[in-house]
Amino acid sequence: MAKAEDTGGRPLSRTEITVRLVVLTLGTFAVLTPVLWTVLTSLKTAQQTLQSPPVWLFTPQWGNFAEVLQLVPFQNYALNTAVVVTGVVVGTLLSCSFSAYGFARLRARGRNAIFGVLMATMMLPSTVTLVPTYIVFNKIGWLNTFLPLIVPAFFGSAFFIFMFRQFYLSIPKEVEEAARIDGAGYVRIWWSIFLPLSMPVIATVTVFTFVGTYNDFFGPLIYLTDESKWTISVALSSFGGSPKIGPQLHMLSAATMIAAAPSIVVFLLAQRYYVNGISVAGVNK
Amino acid sequence: MATTHVAARSAATGRKRRRSGLARREALWCYVFMAPAILGVLLFSVGPMIASFVLSFTSYDMLSSPEWVGPKNYTKLAADPLFLKSLQVTLTYAVVVVPGTMLMGLVVAILLNAKLPAIGFFRSAYYLPTVIGGVAVARVWAMLYNPEVGLFNQILGLFGIDGPGWLTDERWALWSLAFMGVWGFGGTMLIYLAGLQGIPKELYEAAEVDGAGGFRKHIFVTIPMLSNVTFFNLVMGIIGALQVFAEPFVLTQGTGRPNNSTLLLPLYLYKVAFEYLEMGYAAAIAWVVFAITLVLTALVFRSLPLWVHTEVSDN
Repeated sequence: MAKAEDTGGRPLSRTEITVRLVVLTLGTFAVLTPVLWTVLTSLKTAQQTLQSPPVWLFTPQWGNFAEVLQLVPFQNYALNTAVVVTGVVVGTLLSCSFSAYGFARLRARGRNAIFGVLMATMMLPSTVTLVPTYIVFNKIGWLNTFLPLIVPAFFGSAFFIFMFRQFYLSIPKEVEEAARIDGAGYVRIWWSIFLPLSMPVIATVTVFTFVGTYNDFFGPLIYLTDESKWTISVALSSFGGSPKIGPQLHMLSAATMIAAAPSIVVFLLAQRYYVNGISVAGVNK
Repeated sequence: MATTHVAARSAATGRKRRRSGLARREALWCYVFMAPAILGVLLFSVGPMIASFVLSFTSYDMLSSPEWVGPKNYTKLAADPLFLKSLQVTLTYAVVVVPGTMLMGLVVAILLNAKLPAIGFFRSAYYLPTVIGGVAVARVWAMLYNPEVGLFNQILGLFGIDGPGWLTDERWALWSLAFMGVWGFGGTMLIYLAGLQGIPKELYEAAEVDGAGGFRKHIFVTIPMLSNVTFFNLVMGIIGALQVFAEPFVLTQGTGRPNNSTLLLPLYLYKVAFEYLEMGYAAAIAWVVFAITLVLTALVFRSLPLWVHTEVSDN
């Protein structure tokens, strides 16, 4: 462990370190309390959840998790979610890295203006485009399919194109020239040189897209009307009113934790990439 | 002499032609590569944006064809009590959540920006709430806000206080929603943290020489040096706060109750579009939301010279 320093690079005294650690620990506890309370509730019996003052010491009912999975077709929701998330991740990676290669390495009139417009779309609230997009998807019969959620991902996304482009700009020209002399076309250069080089960006974009798509609620809510097509987030939103789960706090908590787990796990496993990505977002503006 | 001159010239034009041929080929491929992004912008941003503007001047229920009604939707909006209520609720929400999130983000970032044991753990812990999706966040907080057995009222009960119905009492519901929103300050925090790491240490040393203590150093060095990050967080925060949907939808089962006190604009838009099937009216609401976002962002931009610190080069 390096010597403790503050923002200005000033060494911290022992007391200062202790004070900071205590404040940070208390803060962490406060921030995680909502999650911890839900975990506790999910492990109680139905009767224990209703006790006041709350019971703190009890035998954890691990069976609650298995039980809630029986109450609803959870596997079905999970499968639907997996299809959507996979489609969106693949589409995003392909389209964003592909377009970024053009923006970063090739020259054409209007390229920078197009890039500017693309970046401006980041500021566009999704509510503005919602109604016509819904009407069109409805007209072409895509309602109640995963297509409205997946297909747009194959047409790039401003922020991820930006990330790939930044990375491609840093790759030396020689890499490309050697391949050009060997007679490789642009598509081959993108696919077999640039894409394999961009693993760190691919990882970051994958994690971001996974968490974002997994958590998405509005899209699945309006496009997936039939219960058999629901994703986990839509299903979880319905549990409050569901007679099987709704009023039972321990079941509702268990379902919530199961639903929240995948994005938490992905974040914990890949936090390095996640943190880098967020920093890029902030610093480059 | 003449022949060499001609030869040189033709070689030059040949090279030039070849180069322009290559450049044209490169440009063509550049457009091919940009094509997905260009199509995406046209199909999913600019196109729908224009379509929604046109649609906002029609009456359309998705069953019969749209009927041109002129600015009627907009005049209706101006007199729609639900819309006005929703607008007020949304602005109140944003006024609490945006500064709340930024303040929490800045304070925690400053605390975290030190070489301390377990710093990675703390950073992840504070960031964790933001990776939990809106639906699960709402579910988690519903457990805390439960009037009888929720954590908050259990704690208040220890002090003999009869806690309110956090989500059922009209005076509290919006504040409960906003408090929950501030819980997601992790994103703002990380961006501040990245900004803090870019502040030159010499500035703090200079401030110390001038006799500034810990708090004053942050007032005179940290905050001015982070003003561009603050600007970014502010703009993104405003855009984000105007788009919150899952939390009020789940907590109020899509109603915005009690007495529409949690009817944020996206929720009202959802009801108009998908419950009442008034697509033209919904498009008008969407455009008003968009206009508000633009106006607020423009105001922030215009206020820039007043508070954003710009680096003065030393030569």
